[in-house]
Amino acid sequence: MTPSYYLLLSAVLFSLGAVGVLVRRNAVVVFMCVELMLNAVNLSLVTFARINGSLDGQVMAFFVMVVAAAEVVVGLAIIMSIFRTRRSASVDDSNLLKY
Amino acid sequence: MSALFLTQTAAQTAAQAADTVSTGEAIAFWILGPLALAGALGMLFARNAVHSALWLALTMLNLGVIYMVQQAPFLGFVQIIVYTGAIMMLFLFVLMLVGRDSSDSVVEVLRGQRLAAIVFGVGFAGLVVSAVARALTNVTSVGLAKQNTVNGGNVANIGTSLFTDFLFPFELTSALLITAAIGAMVLGFSDRNAKGVKKTQRELVEERFQGNRPSPLPGPGVFATANSVATPALLPDGSIAPESLSELIESTAKESLADDLAEVSGTADGPDAHALSGTKEDLA
Repeated sequence: MTPSYYLLLSAVLFSLGAVGVLVRRNAVVVFMCVELMLNAVNLSLVTFARINGSLDGQVMAFFVMVVAAAEVVVGLAIIMSIFRTRRSASVDDSNLLKY
Repeated sequence: MSALFLTQTAAQTAAQAADTVSTGEAIAFWILGPLALAGALGMLFARNAVHSALWLALTMLNLGVIYMVQQAPFLGFVQIIVYTGAIMMLFLFVLMLVGRDSSDSVVEVLRGQRLAAIVFGVGFAGLVVSAVARALTNVTSVGLAKQNTVNGGNVANIGTSLFTDFLFPFELTSALLITAAIGAMVLGFSDRNAKGVKKTQRELVEERFQGNRPSPLPGPGVFATANSVATPALLPDGSIAPESLSELIESTAKESLADDLAEVSGTADGPDAHALSGTKEDLA
């Protein structure tokens, strides 16, 4: 077994997250799928850091975590305010910008 | 230059010998990896959004342990504390506030989108997996044994890197975080006591006097024979005050009010004074 198995796991997790973003309709669940994709990328960054023998990859993963935390806070606040005005958390119902 | 390169490669080959995947790590991977996959699949297929969140928490927990196995102890703990501890709990809070019972609609807005998404996902996974597997066949890992032992270990070296090579991005994240905090406060704020949301007593009084009715609506009438809410109040001239009738009555089926109607209009049978003696027919 080589560390590249971790990269394969990361690729499969990323694909599952992408399918979730496309398939699920609840905005909060779509957001969770985005988080899964970010986590998969973090796993590949950590593995690359190990393969290259440099801590830069781990620092990158750290930055990804910081940005993901900020993104979750703002995104969930947006979902909350949309729910407050439209009484729905489904991505199909938010169509005011459609035309 | 070439001598330097040679010494570098020699050092690399020496380090390569150090970083092999031990049996213990392989066992850990084959336990944690399938669990993480199971969490991701569970999140994808759970109908209930709260179950999705819990499955995702399982995946993130497993990923945290995988980071620790992969010579990244700092990131492993940050993953568990920040992701599993903070972000997933934030998700659960918002789910409880917003969409706990709003399960996914099964209606497809774009026809065939689900099938296309699954085909895309399988294709993408196959492409990336095969590409990574082929690209990394002859790559041997260097390992982080040196970085994780000298100069204070993993955490100290990451800190040094953050405050030297990555100082500017690190400062940028502070701006990002404060913007995110302010943005969340602005978006999440709702002023229930703001002007115009809730009427004050003064506004209510002015509205009442400037409107077309200075007094409250008349209550239902109460007569000796009936005290039902269906009984209308009578105006001084004896006519029925229409405002005293409850809106509920309009929406109720007429048949169910027949008794009350008969009682009010006086066509119903009065109380039978001879009910016990059974002599009513005789008197009649």
